[in-house]
Amino acid sequence: MAANPQLNASGELQHLLSIEGLPRAILEQILNTAESFVGVTEREVKKVPLMRGKSVFNLFFEPSTRTRTTFEIAAKRLSADVINLNVAASSQTKGESLLDTVANLSAMQADVFVVRHGSSGAPYLIARHVKPHEHVINAGDGRHAHPTQGLLDLYTIRHYKKDFGALTVAIVGDVLHSRVARSLIHGLTTLGAPEVRVIGPQTLIPAGVAALGVRVFHDMRAGLKGCDVVVMLRLQNERMNGPLLPSAQEFFKNYGLTAEKLALANPDAIVMHPGPMNRGVEIDSPVADGPHSVILPQVTFGIAVRMAVMSIVAGN
Amino acid sequence: MSLLIKGGRIVDPASGRDEIGDVFVDKGRIAEKKGKADETIDAKGLVVAPGLIDLAARLREPGQEYKATLASEMDAAVAGGVTSLACPPDTHPPLDEPGLVDMLRRRAKALSRARAYPVGALTVKLAGERLAEMSVLAEAGCVAFSQANVPIADTQVLWRALQYAATFGYPVWLRAEDRWLSREGVAHDGEMATRLGLAGIPAFTETIALATMLQLVGATGARVHFCRLSTAAAVDMMRAAKKEKLPVTCDVGIHYVHLSETDLGYYDSHCRLDPPLRSQRDREALAAGLADGTIDCVVSDHAPVDEDQKQLPFAEAETGATGLELLLPLALKWGAGRKLSLVKTLARVTSDPARILGVQSGRIAPGAPADLVLFDPEESWRVLPGALKSQGKNTPFLGYELAGRVHETIVAGSVVYRKQ
Repeated sequence: MAANPQLNASGELQHLLSIEGLPRAILEQILNTAESFVGVTEREVKKVPLMRGKSVFNLFFEPSTRTRTTFEIAAKRLSADVINLNVAASSQTKGESLLDTVANLSAMQADVFVVRHGSSGAPYLIARHVKPHEHVINAGDGRHAHPTQGLLDLYTIRHYKKDFGALTVAIVGDVLHSRVARSLIHGLTTLGAPEVRVIGPQTLIPAGVAALGVRVFHDMRAGLKGCDVVVMLRLQNERMNGPLLPSAQEFFKNYGLTAEKLALANPDAIVMHPGPMNRGVEIDSPVADGPHSVILPQVTFGIAVRMAVMSIVAGN
Repeated sequence: MSLLIKGGRIVDPASGRDEIGDVFVDKGRIAEKKGKADETIDAKGLVVAPGLIDLAARLREPGQEYKATLASEMDAAVAGGVTSLACPPDTHPPLDEPGLVDMLRRRAKALSRARAYPVGALTVKLAGERLAEMSVLAEAGCVAFSQANVPIADTQVLWRALQYAATFGYPVWLRAEDRWLSREGVAHDGEMATRLGLAGIPAFTETIALATMLQLVGATGARVHFCRLSTAAAVDMMRAAKKEKLPVTCDVGIHYVHLSETDLGYYDSHCRLDPPLRSQRDREALAAGLADGTIDCVVSDHAPVDEDQKQLPFAEAETGATGLELLLPLALKWGAGRKLSLVKTLARVTSDPARILGVQSGRIAPGAPADLVLFDPEESWRVLPGALKSQGKNTPFLGYELAGRVHETIVAGSVVYRKQ
């Protein structure tokens, strides 16, 4: 197998494509750097000059408002110039190939490409073809990875739980299609969380997932028992009724997080969700808005984490 | 015109012969007489074997000349020592009309390189709905009927197609795949697909379809050759079916005895194949099944794809790998890995496919067509785009050093390829 395409010859982060394969030291470097940026986001003048004169191209082949916006804010707080490209609506419909689009943008002197694409692995293809001084950050590819989301989840968990060494974490719902779940699983296992569980019906749990170092539960109540962290995944509308699930209501009945089910987890458990939430499908409103929920802090930390990732790759 | 091939190591799997000697060729056929010849080739240090017979090579004509042309792929065939090849019907349009078949045969013949045997479409446009005109197509030169990589979803149609083909004794070549189960899938449904976030194709996609097809073989008596087995379970099923004396044979693609899902690495689109590369256990069972004869032969499954269609995210990349020039070295590598004799190794690419195709070539015996390959089994070469004659440079083996270099290829007594 080829060398890890994310690291440069000195083993530093060249691109952020996936949490899988990153050494613990790099994950900790990102989280520590993010911690220093949390202060910046709370200041009167929310800017540092770390990326002044650099260009960040937000290259979204799949529509997204939230992730794109948080990357944009993060880049601006680093004083970078940000160009947003909604590629789904432009070149691709004119028949331009993915690599031609990237080559054209590269000719406009990009430093960082933030890429979201509907097809797993697309950022790897781009990273293979950019110039040596250009960096690619995966903002979500198919069902493969969403590493900055994984990192902000890790940051949030560390913020509330301090130490990964004794944690039980449950990831609930549509694991099959979830890049968020895959990224978080790799992050947790790398940082030493002893028990990572995935909970869902067989139809939404991918084959061989245990090999990633997780325990599979189909009974949500059993899976939540003793958990310190509960991560609810978003269920896409188009999967709510069809061959995978009979209905959103039935999904909620079996796998929706209610106060009654949450009571089975540890008393100080935190509840996370990558957003956007489907209230009444994955999660009951009282839980989403309740004392265990850290869903909004996740969003705030997300900006600091994306600042950390961008400043680190741009500096390598 | 006569030809004397002198002093080579003659390896003829059909007779089991492996000895130093001369081969005499007269009027396009192997002859007894060892006298003066119009031309003499010194084959010292080379293996003289029957030319390879490849049961699946896409030449991309008609309709996909941007990927490859008959001329480029026929050059590739003879450079790889392949002297006979069967063309699957998945051209554009598919080989479902005698005119198309006739044109393909004429154009191939005019190039006078390898012999091309068209395989006709089993159903019109390969759509799996209406039967193709098999008798008309057979008359035009189709040697068998197939759906290539397009499974028939409607089992009623499959049943009737086998009944109809059995009526006239036409062989049917099928790939076992349940179209519903494989829908959307792009990689073997296992740990690797889960890691890479690729939609999976479970192994039972193949075995469920194979079980259905074997039942239909039993019911109809159709002679069926199963193409591109990809799972260990399918090898077991074929072993059982042969024990029951069902009229079935099968093949495996050369990539599948060497590679597995782990070779996808970081989304190597050269490993985007149909069927998908499966687990290491499957690969081992396929390599073993090919050795013990459960799998009758190995094919290149040659599918040249232009670079643009491979420079895409894995799931969007076109399936297939170039293979005509790699079949011999990769077959030798498989044989060496299993410690097989050259006779046994070469049988899987010569006499065994000849039996399935029902042709006289594939052996070195007086009267047989003089289709021969002269190669150095030790000489190694690096698989680089410039080293391949095929227009398709798409292979997972790019950059590999492989042993087995063709020096001369002879079809019907004429030298059609000579190493530069």
